[in-house]
Amino acid sequence: MSIFNYFLKKEKTRSASVAKERLQIIVAHERNKRLQPDYLPLMQQEIIDVIRKYVNIDSDQVSVQLDNTDDCSVLELNITLPE
Amino acid sequence: MAKIIVVTSGKGGVGKTTTSAAIATGLALRGFKTVVIDFDVGLRNLDLIMGCERRVVYDFVNVIKKEASLNQALIKDKRTPGLYILPASQTRDKDALSMEGVQTVLNDLSEDFEYIICDSPAGIEQGAQMALYFADEAIVVTNPEVSSVRDSDRIIGILQSKSLKAEQGGSVKEHLLLTRYSPERVAATEMLSVADVEDILAVPLLGVIPESEAVLKASNQGAPVILDQESEAGQAYLDAVSRLLGEEVEHRFLEVQKKGFLKRLLGGKK
Repeated sequence: MSIFNYFLKKEKTRSASVAKERLQIIVAHERNKRLQPDYLPLMQQEIIDVIRKYVNIDSDQVSVQLDNTDDCSVLELNITLPE
Repeated sequence: MAKIIVVTSGKGGVGKTTTSAAIATGLALRGFKTVVIDFDVGLRNLDLIMGCERRVVYDFVNVIKKEASLNQALIKDKRTPGLYILPASQTRDKDALSMEGVQTVLNDLSEDFEYIICDSPAGIEQGAQMALYFADEAIVVTNPEVSSVRDSDRIIGILQSKSLKAEQGGSVKEHLLLTRYSPERVAATEMLSVADVEDILAVPLLGVIPESEAVLKASNQGAPVILDQESEAGQAYLDAVSRLLGEEVEHRFLEVQKKGFLKRLLGGKK
């Protein structure tokens, strides 16, 4: 190994820690999705359809989220209405 | 009643078949009557790793379709007493395995054997789900690499929701087996460490199998690597079998081993 390699190596990012960070994020995200009930995507679509009957919105202006706490689940509905 | 253990991973090529062969052989070496079943219909390979490919006459699908009896299909291992292999079929029909058929075969084997090892195919399709459905315990084989860890997490999710145990309100006992581990690369922070993978997957560690030339050598020769007790991989599998049986064994081969002067001179191999 030449002396240049020695310095280059020091500057290299620690790829293992990058891998760990990326994995933690994606795995947490996917676990969250897994815990959601199967009906959620369809329900979200139907809610959007109902709102669309009255207001013209895009599907990305609605976010539906289900949070599970110990003894109850909270369905959070966030709709951005156009001005 | 036999204990049913599935060896699974989601991702392909991480060492499921190598592990199934090693663990089954290890359990038989410890005196337990063991059968190892290849669930990879269409891509049979356990027979090659076990070195019995020329003795396959009938297979798993023949037994399910009642074209052969279990005794006709089971291959008695020539090296290890008390060890039997049930090979997969080479049929291209993906739906050759039926849930009822698999259950019947497992029930019949349960009467005779103490351990049933199910070598799962890769993926999360029907074959993989069939292999894990009836399991009491699962060995999740993972490489310290992003795609393998992610796929392991998926298969853990399936174990926790789509196994018989889960449906009955219980759970499959999970074990993490980290394979192809390279302490040198971990030390250079180029590879996820055992602690990293344990952190992400949160499954109790059964063992760490170091990257080893002995594994390829073993598959070349058709002798499970656990029989190569000179090799680090073979010893690590022996330790894993002990832990599977509930013994407390310290983890080995996790640190970089300093080569002695002589070993460096002669180019010592793992």
